[in-house]
Amino acid sequence: MSKDSKPEIPFLKWIGACLAAVFGVQALRRILRALSPSQETTPLPAQGAALPISARPEKAEDVLMPPLSTPVEEPENYLNTSYSLKSWLLTTDHKRIAILYAFMITFFFFVGSAAAALIRLQLTTPQGHLVQQQTYNKLFTMHGVIMVWFFLIPALPNTLGNFLLPMMIGARDLAFPKLNLFSWYLFVAGGLFTLFAILTGGVDTGWTFYTPLSTHYVHTKVMLTAAGVFVSGFSSILTGLNFIVTIHRLRCKGMTWFRLPVFVWTLYATSLILVLGTPVLTITLILMGLERLFGIGVFDPALGGDPLLFQHLFWFYSHPAVYIMILPGMGVVSEIIPCFARKKLFSYKMVALAGMGIAIFGFLVWGHHMFVSGQSMYADMTFSLLSYLVAIPSAIKVFNWTATLYKGSIWLSAPMLYALGFIGLFTIGGLSGLFLASLPVDVAVHDTYFVIAHFHFIMVGGMVTAYLGGLHFWWPKITGRMYPEKLAQLSALLIFFGFTLTFLPQFLLGRLGMNRRYYHYAPEFQMLNVLSTAGASILAVGYLSPFSYLLWSAKYGRRVSNNPWGATGLEWQTASPPPTFNFSATPLVTQGPYEYNPEDAERELKRDLAILQSDASVPNGARFAERHQEAQDTAAPTTEAQDEQKH
Amino acid sequence: MSKSTEKVVVLGEQFDTPEQQDAASQMGMWVFLSTEIMLFGGLFLAFTATRLAFPLAFQLGSRHTEFVLGTANTAVLLLSSLTMALAVSASHRGARKPLVLLLLLTMALGALFLGIKGYEYYGDWQKHLIPGENFVWNEPQPQHAQLFFLFYFFMTGLHAVHLTVGIGVVAFVTFVAWRRGYNATYNTPVEVTGLYWHLVDLVWIFLYPLLYLNGRHP
Repeated sequence: MSKDSKPEIPFLKWIGACLAAVFGVQALRRILRALSPSQETTPLPAQGAALPISARPEKAEDVLMPPLSTPVEEPENYLNTSYSLKSWLLTTDHKRIAILYAFMITFFFFVGSAAAALIRLQLTTPQGHLVQQQTYNKLFTMHGVIMVWFFLIPALPNTLGNFLLPMMIGARDLAFPKLNLFSWYLFVAGGLFTLFAILTGGVDTGWTFYTPLSTHYVHTKVMLTAAGVFVSGFSSILTGLNFIVTIHRLRCKGMTWFRLPVFVWTLYATSLILVLGTPVLTITLILMGLERLFGIGVFDPALGGDPLLFQHLFWFYSHPAVYIMILPGMGVVSEIIPCFARKKLFSYKMVALAGMGIAIFGFLVWGHHMFVSGQSMYADMTFSLLSYLVAIPSAIKVFNWTATLYKGSIWLSAPMLYALGFIGLFTIGGLSGLFLASLPVDVAVHDTYFVIAHFHFIMVGGMVTAYLGGLHFWWPKITGRMYPEKLAQLSALLIFFGFTLTFLPQFLLGRLGMNRRYYHYAPEFQMLNVLSTAGASILAVGYLSPFSYLLWSAKYGRRVSNNPWGATGLEWQTASPPPTFNFSATPLVTQGPYEYNPEDAERELKRDLAILQSDASVPNGARFAERHQEAQDTAAPTTEAQDEQKH
Repeated sequence: MSKSTEKVVVLGEQFDTPEQQDAASQMGMWVFLSTEIMLFGGLFLAFTATRLAFPLAFQLGSRHTEFVLGTANTAVLLLSSLTMALAVSASHRGARKPLVLLLLLTMALGALFLGIKGYEYYGDWQKHLIPGENFVWNEPQPQHAQLFFLFYFFMTGLHAVHLTVGIGVVAFVTFVAWRRGYNATYNTPVEVTGLYWHLVDLVWIFLYPLLYLNGRHP
């Protein structure tokens, strides 16, 4: 553990970075080549589409995939219009930009996860033998900065939001497609700044950049990291701006505000926060930078400034920012649950408005991060009360999702498992948030692992789970192919248990008084820490698994029809993968977003029954068919269709 | 040249009608202006908090600003907003010559503002009012007076950056207008640039009393 144990070889990391860049481009080329049509043509005819209809075997694929008019050639879609690298890097198609974002945030997710893995390994022993103290500080700072600004904030809005928003409102693209691409480049630039800062020594202030620590005391790459966050902030602002204008101006005919899917509502609420909150962070980072660079500043008490001012400004953005992260997750869950419960979303209007309520309340509660900072007692009490109020719209959502499940025809597919996991984990995270909103409890557990556990229950248990759920739900739409269902269900369970094992012990640790941000701890905490690390390794397997099989299925997955879930959203009414301008004809909307009704459910049950008769390996088909059979036997005596099925 | 006066509006693939495109562009600018307000808003908040903490130093600091130059600049910028508003109305009428002239005038007034501001900065530098090593202050509370000047330079500087961007955008719009790019039915860029210009003007309307007038009441 000596200080200079690490050999300093100049340029080594540069060579490494260059090699990584070269490999990255090569990998991208390979992926593009893999998607090219020349290799695509062979597997298709085997699916039997070329055979006459009567002679086609009754296989699940055939039922799920309508016969293509031209069996060999795929219809033109956003993926196969062009395969050149240039066509991706200069695209203005919101779907392609969403894919570009997905690559970036996946990369950053694994970088941030690597830091988290090292933190958890360090904490398996009380003395922490793995890294030095300052390295530990750098690790949790890197984990926080990367995960907050380069994964959680852009993850849902910029990937699934970008991909789906125009389709969900019946538009051909976002209002400003070039701006959309520009914001991706800003995001990449911000990410490169931050990566550069990490490669050249890292930063150890914590993701909060508190002054005067960040401006006066530390000698690490504060400015570079802040520059990265600063630049990516503009990317956030432009995305939010684009979404707001798109939702206001580009809805198709008949798409009234109260026919918008809840995911669109939550993207709208998120965009409001992005547009109104991010500039405050921007100006705060500039003021911090001035103070650090020139030694004149408004935050350093030694210079006449006020460090609490920094905290107020920082949390004015960073508290609403956690709603940027969780609101779209709530939107995804609001899409998945009605679909797999085959039931209208309970109290749609309240769910939609609750999202707006969270966004608005979210701007008024930042002071609850400062209960022990020495701010006014009356401010504490006000912020505490307002923080309690956030629980109302959040609870409205949870209750309405649960009420949607009630008497629904529940299909436990992988997206649904993720959505159900979200409800449970979000509820625990939200309730522990109420503990923290209460002044006496917060004073006791402030800066302990209780806060860490609360935050991760919302962000990892909530947001990441919702993100994965959404990714599975819309994967057939994005790629036109289906992921392996059993494996996906297994991964969903693995993630749920791995997550719970990782973070539940941390509530206990926090309650017992273990401080956050320390590289070592008292020996009596070891057992819970080991449990937590064990959970983290399960979680790691859980995350690597969808990463692998989703990538695999993008090329080799079973082809599916345009609407394999029988979902009602506009995005399901077009081809999978969708054509460049989304719809062959602009849709006309005549009803609300979740018109799941008994008739639809019945038709679907019949379809699944047919699948069962020919192929029992179809996921959940057996259960569905049995239930359908029972319902048919008891409710409706005989219909022609049923006779056919029984025959 | 006459055929280019009937130039057809380039309609983005995502839009159905030119009206929709125009409305989207204008709304985009309004949303952008709201982020600008929050950007300056954070700064105004920090200024106000610091001023409330050190009222005397801020009062004294404010007395060291160039009142005459600041007032003249306010007049110049207000005038530029007038010419900009007239330019927008000229573009609605499709009057090309007045449009180009008014836009040029707007740019000139903006440049004049920057010139006066630069002259003012030069004077401040000579009076050693720039925060840092060479800051000289012979009155009470030098440290907090320095904070005032930090805000003074940062806020006016950020405003000047916005104005410079504005002049650049107006230059582009002027060029297109001169090339007959706009007419009575298509003038969105002029309109949108006008919105931005007015916001930059409006920010100054708040900066002026905060920085120049604050310490001058009897």
